[in-house]
Amino acid sequence: MQLNMVEAIGRALGQILEDDPSSVLMGEDIGVNGGVFRATVGLQQRFGDDRVVDTPLAEAGFVGAAIGMCLVGLHPIVEIQFDAFVYPALQQLFDHAGRFRWRTQGAYGLPMVIRLPYGGGTKAPELHSDSPETIFSHMPGLRVVIPSDPRSAGELLLAAAGCGDPVIFMEPKRMYRRGRYEVPEALLAGDLDKAVVVRDGSDLSLIAYGAMVEVAEGAADVLAQEGASVRVVDLRSIYPLDRDELLSAASETGRVVVVQEAPRHCGVAAEIAAMIQEEAADSMLAPTLRVTGMDMPFPLFQSEDEMLPSIPRVVATARAALNY
Amino acid sequence: MTEPSMTSPARPTVGAPGAQLLEGALTVLGDEPTSRVAHLLSLPQELPLALFSAMARLRAFDERAVILQRQGVIGTYPTYFGEEAVQAAGVLALSNEDWLFPTYRQTAAVTLRGCPPEVPLLMWRGHPGGWHDVMRYRVAPICVPIATNYPHAVGAAWGAKLKGEKVVALAFGGDGSTSAGEFHEACNLAAVVGAPVIFLVTNNQWAISTPISKQTRVTRLADKAAAYGMPGIRVDSFDVFACFEAVREAADRARAGLGPTLIEAVGYRLGPHGTADEPSMYRDQAQAGLWAAMEPLGRTEAALIEAGLADQQQLEQIRKSAAAALFDVADRLAATPLPPIEEIADSVHLRTPWSLSPERLHEPKWISNG
Repeated sequence: MQLNMVEAIGRALGQILEDDPSSVLMGEDIGVNGGVFRATVGLQQRFGDDRVVDTPLAEAGFVGAAIGMCLVGLHPIVEIQFDAFVYPALQQLFDHAGRFRWRTQGAYGLPMVIRLPYGGGTKAPELHSDSPETIFSHMPGLRVVIPSDPRSAGELLLAAAGCGDPVIFMEPKRMYRRGRYEVPEALLAGDLDKAVVVRDGSDLSLIAYGAMVEVAEGAADVLAQEGASVRVVDLRSIYPLDRDELLSAASETGRVVVVQEAPRHCGVAAEIAAMIQEEAADSMLAPTLRVTGMDMPFPLFQSEDEMLPSIPRVVATARAALNY
Repeated sequence: MTEPSMTSPARPTVGAPGAQLLEGALTVLGDEPTSRVAHLLSLPQELPLALFSAMARLRAFDERAVILQRQGVIGTYPTYFGEEAVQAAGVLALSNEDWLFPTYRQTAAVTLRGCPPEVPLLMWRGHPGGWHDVMRYRVAPICVPIATNYPHAVGAAWGAKLKGEKVVALAFGGDGSTSAGEFHEACNLAAVVGAPVIFLVTNNQWAISTPISKQTRVTRLADKAAAYGMPGIRVDSFDVFACFEAVREAADRARAGLGPTLIEAVGYRLGPHGTADEPSMYRDQAQAGLWAAMEPLGRTEAALIEAGLADQQQLEQIRKSAAAALFDVADRLAATPLPPIEEIADSVHLRTPWSLSPERLHEPKWISNG
């Protein structure tokens, strides 16, 4: 069936509620309203207000409550309305969610998912366009997953719900309604730890995730016209990184450019560049380069295209690596 | 029957520091002798001594822990001297099916659910064996960051309610925690969804060196409950029977579908904040001395003897055997092997990522092999 990303997420959530009687959706305005992005439309009608629960406007409180729910056998899937709204809940996620299994010497985990619509490119107000994946991937015990298209969104969400540990599931909201694509009627859980080569190539690898995969593919099209064979890798898992796929890309193409819309400092791109430097330096024909957002607050939206990596910026950086 | 040398079970006389603070707080031991004796005799036969024994075990743990800290066997340790009544009542007034959410100050509460005392002591020894079995005892891991355990208790209680189970959750906390955002968010959420949860807040007037007057302008923390639309109960924190009644009543309400309760257990911090704290730097220790007469074990002993439920010798024996059970605990702690760091790294995730695998915990091999 043809679905856009937000429809695929809604479909996956419906499937989770159907298959797992312990699953509970919670968040602000997700019930009758179906969420501000409409990801949960119709689910409260279908499953009742004990399974699809509207919460007060208090992220620390309801993320903390989700932790407690896990202890009595529920599997909460929490919607945070917008990226930056998760910041009040960081203490719950860092001090408790990520540490819980370790606090039980590995015996018990918290099977919870935090759904976090994130990122820029939607002409949104301040603090509605952040890309905070780095801070989650830096704190122990949290998995961080970012899909890039409708099918990966549905499949990875199912995998996140079944993984047994807390997952920060970041949804690139700029991709929510970026066209409908084929999604299987019955979704199967994807592989949570795997990057995917979305286009093979031998001269250079573009590593991207979320909304940046589309940008990387656009850049690869331009570079192909110039005769360069470019591999595009959709990272999907921010923590843990798919080390094998990344090192294969590095050693097989010898040139890597990483694209992220988050600020540059200590970003995912920096971690990938460091990994390649430590473990694949012998194969490299050029320094690993980055195309990133800037180390500043996400600008008010008239300037957001300056912040977001664009096809021309990626192409220019890739050329620098190809001509090094 | 009360021996003259013994602490009176009654509350301090007028003019003593407690009189004003405890005014209006639920009490049993502060009542007239005839009514407090009647109350104790109305309880299930085993209960008064069970409460005393629980307190004696908590006291023995606390005293032993302080000794072990001085000996260097464990690290810094947050003593709870004087809080035994609240803790014992909080645990014993609930069933073993109910969930407890302790802070670092209720570190031994889990021992009242059958966990060996060396487990929480290993925690303070910096050993991962200090993490008790959460599901077995239905006691959450001790919570270090202030007030963040309140939402967990709400979630457990709310979750149980969604599942149709009659399970209650109780979160411990202190006066300082009521200033934190998560206290508010948890109380509000609990009341909105009718979660069967009990917030058991010990108001001992001090958050390390910060007095309650610098914490809040509300003189009675229980009054905060009104803002959430739930009952707020004040109880004498040194009175184990009153604390038991307060928690039992809150649990009954919760089980009857009447939602959360805030209990303010009023008292005074008799000891330091922890082994690294020196209260004489910031408070008048003479004031604390005036409160010493309220020390809960002595008060309970006096009441039990007054009611004819035990004699001095029997109570001494309970205290002695509680202490004796811990005499050799240092040996048991020392005999617990430390797992290698690879094993600890393997406990973070269900499926351990490559970066935490034994061969990747440190620098890549080509570096470490020189």
